[in-house]
Amino acid sequence: MSEQTDRRGRIRPAPENFLSRAQIAEVSAGRRDFLRKAMLAASAGVAAPAALAASGDPAILEKQVWGATLGKPVASDAYGLPSKHEANLVRRESPGLASVGGASVAFTPLQGLFGIITPSGLHFERHHQGWQDVDPAKHRLMINGLVKTPKVYTMDDLLRFPSVSRIHFLECGANSAMEWANTAVPTVQYTHGMLSCSEWTGVPLKVLLDDCGIDLKKAKFIYAEGADGSHQNRTIPLEWALDDVIVAYGQNGEMLRPQQGYPLRLVVPGAQGVSWIKYLRRIEVGDQRWNTKDETLHYADLMPDGSTRQYTSVQEAKSVITSPSGGQVMLDRGMHTISGLAWSGRGKIKRVDVSTDGGRNWQTASLGSLVLDKALTRFQLPWQWDGGPAVLQSRAVDETGYVQPQMRQLREVRGTRSVYHNNAIQSWKVTETGEVFNVQIA
Amino acid sequence: MSRSLDRAMRSAVLVLAMLPVVAMALGRAATPEEIKAWDIDVRPDFTGLPAGSGTVAEGEVLWEAKCASCHGSFGESNSVFAPLVGGVTRKDLETGRSATLASDAPTRTALSMSPTVSTLWDYINRAMPWNAPQSLSTNEVYAAVAYLLNLSDIVPADFTLDQNSIREVQKRMPNRNGMVLFPGLWNRKGKSDVIATACMKDCAKSIAISSALPEHARNAHGNLALQSREWGPVRGANTEVAAGTGATAPIKLAAKQASTAAAARKLAEGGGCLGCHGLNAGIVGPGMSQVAAKYRGDAAAAAKLAAKIRAGGAGVWGEIAMPPQRGPSDEELKALVDWILSGAASE
Repeated sequence: MSEQTDRRGRIRPAPENFLSRAQIAEVSAGRRDFLRKAMLAASAGVAAPAALAASGDPAILEKQVWGATLGKPVASDAYGLPSKHEANLVRRESPGLASVGGASVAFTPLQGLFGIITPSGLHFERHHQGWQDVDPAKHRLMINGLVKTPKVYTMDDLLRFPSVSRIHFLECGANSAMEWANTAVPTVQYTHGMLSCSEWTGVPLKVLLDDCGIDLKKAKFIYAEGADGSHQNRTIPLEWALDDVIVAYGQNGEMLRPQQGYPLRLVVPGAQGVSWIKYLRRIEVGDQRWNTKDETLHYADLMPDGSTRQYTSVQEAKSVITSPSGGQVMLDRGMHTISGLAWSGRGKIKRVDVSTDGGRNWQTASLGSLVLDKALTRFQLPWQWDGGPAVLQSRAVDETGYVQPQMRQLREVRGTRSVYHNNAIQSWKVTETGEVFNVQIA
Repeated sequence: MSRSLDRAMRSAVLVLAMLPVVAMALGRAATPEEIKAWDIDVRPDFTGLPAGSGTVAEGEVLWEAKCASCHGSFGESNSVFAPLVGGVTRKDLETGRSATLASDAPTRTALSMSPTVSTLWDYINRAMPWNAPQSLSTNEVYAAVAYLLNLSDIVPADFTLDQNSIREVQKRMPNRNGMVLFPGLWNRKGKSDVIATACMKDCAKSIAISSALPEHARNAHGNLALQSREWGPVRGANTEVAAGTGATAPIKLAAKQASTAAAARKLAEGGGCLGCHGLNAGIVGPGMSQVAAKYRGDAAAAAKLAAKIRAGGAGVWGEIAMPPQRGPSDEELKALVDWILSGAASE
């Protein structure tokens, strides 16, 4: 219904502002019946338009229902849910991957999130054999193997220990996996959405290992195992386990969500998600690695020479611009804020650089107020979009000095079939219409 | 399984006896029976492998009954699950390196990739069958592994796999020498093998786009206009129209249709439908979109399908008949059927 303007960068009008200049002029000239016609057309299924009439903004001049009626009572939404206007931002599957829900992935809508904490209900999901809702009264944690006393803890026991709460990112080792060889998916939800960050609360694993009398002379590895049908299992270096691994029950102030392993999961800061065993029911202390299914057939990186790297656990420094990002449209030229996330499994983010010309020139972005160890870090850079084509990129540098590589640099060393640990610089192409596309740069 | 299980059991008994005097922080000592019940892991050196045996012939019968619906009669699997067998040559058994993995189009299967036979035994024992994990007996696990090994010509058809012969099998595993440990990604203190520098000015002479999504894939993930906020400085692109055309979508209407479909899909997921029926491809039964295609244009289809779901199928699509579904209410059943027949399930 709206006429298109040919003004660069203004091709796609905002739904609430999509009357053309000519139509607005008609309204200004006093042809009020025009507006009525426009509203009728809108009620046929198009979002309600609102023209800036001569007298001002209808959002101000007209009474709104929320200001003219009694609101809903307390506890009518007993577990608070987001506004109905936020319904588009949900976890979604990628049709290329999802064939059976029990062995699939649902990606976090990073394109709409702020700050560094992922709402628990939007934390990405990855299950190997479906998710369960375990009864905490019947859940037990056993610690056995090279310990003086193999022990059993109930949830009651675990909540009696002093707890720690730490903010850490959780990224699947296969995040961005679909893009190793070429561009495959349209938005940041699908390119980077196996990524979340939460405040995790629980007991340091070291406290429990000490409580069982770990045999530090013989112990070399820790093994963790889940209680659900997959009985997922993973080997973890002892040094890591004794450092900052948490046996966690809390997530963002409440208990873990069932999709995140309620009532107990391992938190392995900096490691890929598959090490963070959900529904954690057993820890074994051992002196050899276990070579589990997901340490051999999956979550192992195939190299160009046909060898397979096992136990690739560390998530190297990575960043991505979340707004504007692929599959989005910028509504107008002028002032925008480029915003994104950076993280490193080896420590804190030291710096993030942003390029708007495909990597020719870079500017250092400002970091959010929270720059934490092995946590998502928000970065921003104000940007005057002139309406011309642009390619947006971000590049993270972590406190070890490691610099996030280009896709080309990753492929030179690791080929294109390694599936896991793609931490390449992401490129978003902005066209003159304001539409943003996922692309790769040679 | 701990090597020191005996010792641990002895100390557990000892500690239990000492409970009143030892200042245990929290928790209690595990009993030997409890450890036995849960300590199921099998290591590459076969620590933890229980005694038992199974033949290739027994494995074949078991496979057909409990494994083939997902993995195929010969481990070739289906569109949903990755293949287990294939990509292994006789030469690989000698070299211990799966040659396919170094090729341009590697055949990645459980047998071409796994360095250790313990991995297969441990995984089948802990997690299979997918919908009834840990329901196989120890001997059945041996038999299933024996059958898989025979399909890859690692063992002959008259082979019996047990806790002794499995050690000989390990010496013939096709990718037993194919694994490497890269310290840079095993431990956080490791150094990466990909070294980049942070150039700031005039870093590239020219910028060429090497890969982008083809136009026909524009809407493959559904309409992106419904996957971002509908207000704010950036919106989701309307991918139901071609890029750059600038048309504005009937966003609210589409959102309503999507939410109805989402509710029906939730029903399908919650009711376990999707365990056997993929959205597009069949698993045990036909895919949802296949059902929609079959009944397209049939006015009586909704009633027919609802009755069929309620009463159970007769194995029209395959050998396995669908059991009767009493769970959904009539209203829910109608929503499910409408969703399936609308073809929305394939979106």
